[in-house]
Amino acid sequence: MEIDPFIFRLSIFILSIFIGYYVVWSVTPSLHTPLMSVTNAISSVIIVGAIIAALAGENSNVFDTANIFGYLAIILAAVNIFGGFLVTQRMLAMYKKKKKDKK
Amino acid sequence: MISANLLAVFYLISGILFILALRGLSSPETSRQGNLFGIVGMAIAIIVTIISVGNFSTGFLYLIILLLIGGSIGAFIAFKIPMTAMPELVAGFHSLVGLAAVFVAISAFLNPEVFNLGSPGNIKIASLIEMSLGASIGAITFTGSIIAFLKLRGIMSGSPITFSGQHLLNLILGISLVGLIFFLCKTQSNNLFWTVVVISFLVGILIIIPIGGADMPVVISMLNSYSGWAAAGIGFTLENTALIITGALVGSSGAILSYIMCKGMNRSFFNVILGGWGATDQSSSKDSKEQKPVKSGNADDAAFLMKNASSVIIVPGYGMAVAQAQHALREMVDALKKNGVKVSYAIHPVAGRMPGHMNVLLAEANVPYDEVFELEEINNDFANCDVAYVIGANDVTNPIAKTDPQSPIYGMPILDVEKSKSVLFVKRSLSPGYAGIDNDLFYRDNTLMLFADAKKMTEDISKLL
Repeated sequence: MEIDPFIFRLSIFILSIFIGYYVVWSVTPSLHTPLMSVTNAISSVIIVGAIIAALAGENSNVFDTANIFGYLAIILAAVNIFGGFLVTQRMLAMYKKKKKDKK
Repeated sequence: MISANLLAVFYLISGILFILALRGLSSPETSRQGNLFGIVGMAIAIIVTIISVGNFSTGFLYLIILLLIGGSIGAFIAFKIPMTAMPELVAGFHSLVGLAAVFVAISAFLNPEVFNLGSPGNIKIASLIEMSLGASIGAITFTGSIIAFLKLRGIMSGSPITFSGQHLLNLILGISLVGLIFFLCKTQSNNLFWTVVVISFLVGILIIIPIGGADMPVVISMLNSYSGWAAAGIGFTLENTALIITGALVGSSGAILSYIMCKGMNRSFFNVILGGWGATDQSSSKDSKEQKPVKSGNADDAAFLMKNASSVIIVPGYGMAVAQAQHALREMVDALKKNGVKVSYAIHPVAGRMPGHMNVLLAEANVPYDEVFELEEINNDFANCDVAYVIGANDVTNPIAKTDPQSPIYGMPILDVEKSKSVLFVKRSLSPGYAGIDNDLFYRDNTLMLFADAKKMTEDISKLL
């Protein structure tokens, strides 16, 4: 009897939902906007799919339709990764405590 | 080259780093470090993927160029965007994730060998289901976020767009999507795949247009969640742990935020999604207006009241963002503090156009985050406070939510502003707020209306302090 690898992935998926559930509830409400921008940035890890799509199928012709979609996805994800992390960084840098730590 | 097992370990590491990135947000002190974890996780995922593909020819060159182009665009936007535009920025970014998911799914469909999914026309059924779900959710996220972006940016009217048969149409489209995916698995037809994508684009538009401006916090959180599920769908297709973990994290994060936002309005998720809150109630409330007396004052009155107060609570709302009044507000508060007044800020969960919107704006204006409180933390303090300064908020202060079961906002948690000794309400006019109902607070004896632009009024008051 062998277990389908899909079941393993499904287990990872479901356990991650639980982790996400508990981790996100512990996020302080004042940081909900940075939470959205950072989740947005990390969901751009979809770029790994885009890279495989763009580069791995490149045996015959660089500009195969499938590759072009890969390249397009790379640009979109790159905008998101840099934009998302940097804007989060910018927001988080603004959260300061009372006068104690002056800028 | 890199073995498949090692690759999987690296993807797991980046998944864990992403979890830590979210974990860091539990307090502002750890949040910056958390963001760093996220960046490292992303870098690991990208680098090991490039190494595993092992293609360093022209394609690699294009990859680097595209990364640089996309990265510079992203960085440029991130540094230039004003904080008040954060909701539309996030909506815009969601649309990119959605479209990227669609593109990856298309690529996987056209060239499945690359991802070990079979050959064109003979793709594994499970993969086909996963990629069409990923493509479909991604497409909905894309067009839905575009509509949300247009509404938030003001390019498209924020009022709900409804037409008869709307829900029926959505239902039919939703069912046909399921049917199409089923037949796609049977026939592997290219046309069916494209139809799924096109219909999903349409669904994305249709589900967001009936939702009004002030419900945008729910919409943005929901789209955030969708972008996560789309990524997870692609993650299953590509058998990639980093994507699956991230998709699950983002998906549940967005879902929790939507839940918090709905709870902040005492509405069910479906009630928001099915749209049109303001649309139905506006007419009923208008007749009773003009009859009740309203006390209105000017900056002098307000300055006098606040100078002599011992504690002041500021209640900011979306109007503060529109008027860009956060800096003026901070200056006014500084002047008050010099006079020995204790000042705190009260934030309603649905104030603004996205979760945490007000907090970011106040942080931008250098307001220390330990002076800013959530509804539950501060609501009891209104009873002991001398002046409540309501700037750009409306429905979230309406006491009718506690008293009138007929009211559409009945049961919504509100800030107990009316319990403070006096209320200063900065507003341009007496017009009702988003929910289309009159605010009882305007006519209370202890309320002084300050009819002016939020920023101008706040500046005028600080001059007098």
